Amino acid sequence: MSSMLAADVNVAQNVGFYIIAAIMVFGALRVVSGRNVVHAALWLVVVLGGVAAQYLLAAAEFVAISQVMVYIGAVMVLFLFGIMLTRATIGEESDLNNKNWSIGIPVSLLLAGTLVWVIVDQYRGEVLASPDEPMSTTAISDVFLREGLVPFLALSFVLLAAAIGAIVLARKD
Amino acid sequence: MYAVNFLILAAVLFSIGVFGVIARRNAVMVLMSIELILNSVNLNLIAFAMMNNSPEGHVFALYVIAVAAAEVGIGLAMVLMIYRNRRSIALDELSVMKG
Amino acid sequence: MLGATLSSGWFLENAWLIPLVPAIGFVFIILFGKKMPQNGSEIGIVSIGISLAISIGATFQWIDRVNSASGGSDYASGGFFGAFRAIFPTAADGGYGASFVEPVVKSWTWWQSGGLEFGLGQHIDGLAIMLLLLVTFISFLVQIYSTEYVSGDRRYTHFFASLTLFSAGMLVMVLAENMLQLILGWEIMGLCSFMLIGHWWEEEANSRAALKAFFTVRVGDVGLLVGTAIIFFGANDWAVEHGSNGFSIRGISAWALSGEASQSVLFWGGVALFIASIGKSGQFPLHTWLPDAMAGPTPVSSLLHSSTMVVAGVFLVARLYPVFFVGFDILDTTVNFITIIGGITIIVAAALAFVQDDIKKVLAYSTVSQLGYMMLGLGVGAWLPAVFHIFTHAFFKCALFLGAGSISHSGSHHSFDMKKDMGGLAKKMPITAATWMVSTAALCGIPFFSGFFSKDEIIDNASHNGYQFFYYVALVGAFMTPAYMTRATYLTFFGKPRGAAAGEHHDEGHDDAHGTAHADHDDHHDDAHDDHGAHDDHGAHHGPHESPWRITAPLIVLSILAIGSGYLNAPAFGTHYFTDWVEPVGVEVALDDEYGHSSGEEESAGIVFAAVQAGDEEYDGKAKGCGFADPSEGTVCYAPKLSHAVFSWSKAMPSIILVFAGILFSAWVCMGIYGDRRNPFAGLTSKFAPARWIHTLLVNKYYLDHLYEKVIVFAFAHPIARAAYWVNQNILDGIVNNVGRGGRRTGEWVYRNVDQRVVDGAVNASGLAASEGGHALQPVQSGKVNQYGALLFGAATVGAIVLILVNI
Repeated sequence: MSSMLAADVNVAQNVGFYIIAAIMVFGALRVVSGRNVVHAALWLVVVLGGVAAQYLLAAAEFVAISQVMVYIGAVMVLFLFGIMLTRATIGEESDLNNKNWSIGIPVSLLLAGTLVWVIVDQYRGEVLASPDEPMSTTAISDVFLREGLVPFLALSFVLLAAAIGAIVLARKD
Repeated sequence: MYAVNFLILAAVLFSIGVFGVIARRNAVMVLMSIELILNSVNLNLIAFAMMNNSPEGHVFALYVIAVAAAEVGIGLAMVLMIYRNRRSIALDELSVMKG
Repeated sequence: MLGATLSSGWFLENAWLIPLVPAIGFVFIILFGKKMPQNGSEIGIVSIGISLAISIGATFQWIDRVNSASGGSDYASGGFFGAFRAIFPTAADGGYGASFVEPVVKSWTWWQSGGLEFGLGQHIDGLAIMLLLLVTFISFLVQIYSTEYVSGDRRYTHFFASLTLFSAGMLVMVLAENMLQLILGWEIMGLCSFMLIGHWWEEEANSRAALKAFFTVRVGDVGLLVGTAIIFFGANDWAVEHGSNGFSIRGISAWALSGEASQSVLFWGGVALFIASIGKSGQFPLHTWLPDAMAGPTPVSSLLHSSTMVVAGVFLVARLYPVFFVGFDILDTTVNFITIIGGITIIVAAALAFVQDDIKKVLAYSTVSQLGYMMLGLGVGAWLPAVFHIFTHAFFKCALFLGAGSISHSGSHHSFDMKKDMGGLAKKMPITAATWMVSTAALCGIPFFSGFFSKDEIIDNASHNGYQFFYYVALVGAFMTPAYMTRATYLTFFGKPRGAAAGEHHDEGHDDAHGTAHADHDDHHDDAHDDHGAHDDHGAHHGPHESPWRITAPLIVLSILAIGSGYLNAPAFGTHYFTDWVEPVGVEVALDDEYGHSSGEEESAGIVFAAVQAGDEEYDGKAKGCGFADPSEGTVCYAPKLSHAVFSWSKAMPSIILVFAGILFSAWVCMGIYGDRRNPFAGLTSKFAPARWIHTLLVNKYYLDHLYEKVIVFAFAHPIARAAYWVNQNILDGIVNNVGRGGRRTGEWVYRNVDQRVVDGAVNASGLAASEGGHALQPVQSGKVNQYGALLFGAATVGAIVLILVNI
């Protein structure tokens, strides 16, 4: 706690982060443990929004905006369409967990423990300097169109393939 | 801002997503858990970009977002097909590949 | 006389052709005989004829050689009479030579091993020349005879092939240069004897007779091999020192007389060799095969078992006489092994000849008895009379056998039974009867026939050399011989005709009689049966008649010789050509200083002569010379110096009287028993028990056959066979069975415990482990996405932890 009052720490930023993080974690927990599929989707929206907010705190404005537009705007809509088309029962539904769901607890706990321990071991006490200005889109696009050109084009193929594939898969023949 | 904040948050989200993949029966729920995982990865990337003050992290995060979108599209198309064939998307019953 | 060069000639040098031509003839008969117009008999006759021609040439050249050795170049004066006198020099010409005549010896090495050389060769001396001539001549006559006698036989070609091979074998033996060649010829003769006796082997009796002949002679042949080995080991060292070897006849003879030979080696070698002679020449106790050998066709009996093969034993003793002379100490004792056997044989066989019904068996026993005479002659030191007896005996015995064949062929309708089918044939078959009479007279030893000159000399020399007991034995034999021959002659030619001789044989009963007699015969009734010739003249004649010319011509020739051959050596008339030409002179012979080694095939191997010396010219008996004193330095002896008894009619009187006594006595007895006159002898055996016992003993051939077959052979063979059977059943089979049983039980145990439990258990366990492992691991692949996700992340987590722990 005393570290929070250290000179380089931007206290406001930290506090904001913690609040948003708490909401995110709670939402994530509601996603995986809820009984209602639609509710789970909506809690996922909360989580995604929280992620966008964290992006903003991390001075990644472009990514934040993309997150909101693509994820929340498109992916979640897609999810809701999927839920609708697969006739998920509106309202509570029992048996959303499969038979062996309990094995997930130790696995995830172990995983979380491992990861946290590694992180803490490495980065304890390290303070990130808050950037003066957010990452410029120009810089991002420079990377896109210079070093990352091939992946960028490949990505376009992926999206194309995905679009075609989805259509092929889902048509009623 | 502590560096560990983002990373720990990402780790926790990752774990919760893993739990969802393991525990959930509905195929769509599993896909949602996968989204959680992907987002936690994105958080990590942005955190490291901030640490190193480089745009490459952002670029990568954008890649992930794009691919995630494609993947969700395909995934839901498959789920729809399964639903059409079997009238149910409970992953418990999808064990034809059982060996 | 010294340094006279010996004449030789083409025939003498190439006398080895004499056996070679019939051997080639044999091969040709086998290969081409059946296709020839006369079925191969022409090849046989031609080949023997060629041999005969060469033998005659060789004989003349040998006579020349003998004469040249005694300085006979004086006789080469011209013209036919000069040549005649050259061959038959009279005493006035001083032709009684006493010089050594070197034999014509050649040898070709077949194979060398360890310093020994084995080969074939020729050793032509007087004895060889005599036998070469004799064998080829008699073979020739018998082959001509056989063309008539055996014509139409089913195995005509093979008969002539065997006959020709026999002649080749005997000729090989006669001119053998070494013991191995002699054994070779001996064995060939034995083989041919077997083949010829068993010519009509479809009858079991014939094949049994052939086997009996072969095996009995085989028993004696053991002696031949043992004797050859003993002599070889004794002689080889000495012989090699003197340029020869332990197998060469010359080497052995010289060694035996050299004084360096051990008496016991010579004795035992001589005993062993004489045992071979006992077997081959049918001496007691191995004589039992000869009468049974009469089962063969009559030409075979006349050639092999009277004139030629059976004298091989006598030839063996005569050839290696120095061995026997020194080994048995012949001129210094009054009894030795040879004389004992010979004497017993004479009496035993003559006694058996009295009770035979078969005419050939009478002649067979007569042959055995005469062979006993020859052996006796050799045993008492009368070498030349014994060899001369071979010569004369061959002619008249062959004539007798051929006469018996003629009788059966044309007189008694293929039967040899005198009592049943003969009698009164003298009128019907005059030529046969006349030749028979002449030959019988020769056999009995009636003066002026050939047998007298030879047999009487044996008897005379027996007493001359001190063998008084055997002199009496020989005289008894001289009584018995005419006795049994008179009986046989009476039954055959005189008296009333019986059976077939009376013309009794019925056509309808004919086939039946043949059928019952030859039960297992095939349908070829015109094939020859055991003693039968062809039935080609069956329908034409009935009753006895004279035989065709091919049968009677040899008979006439032989009977002329039965009279005339004796005059070659008739001391009564002063001729001694046979002695001159045949007897080896027992004088010392000088050795060349340098021993010649054979540098080519033509040279005589071994002891080379520089010059021949004349020895003592007087026949004073036992003073000195070879065989009595060791040869002096640088010389060898090849033959012992023997003495000859001087003939006088007074000394011959006992035997002449006995001969005529025998004839008269036997004629009287026969007329009583078989004829019309009643005399005390009729029915003797039924009235007088000892006579009956003797008769039974003789009829059963002294139970010797019974002894040999049932007692000796059975005693040896039966226990051995039983023991072998027991070993086989209990030990060998037992081992095998137990191994089998053990193997099976082991197998079962292994199956139960090792295979089923351990191995199968391991295998099953491994399979079980795999399947259970699979079953256990199967839930991993459940097909459920959630589970795969759990596994994935779980594994990743574990991996991460490991990574961390490793890198801490």
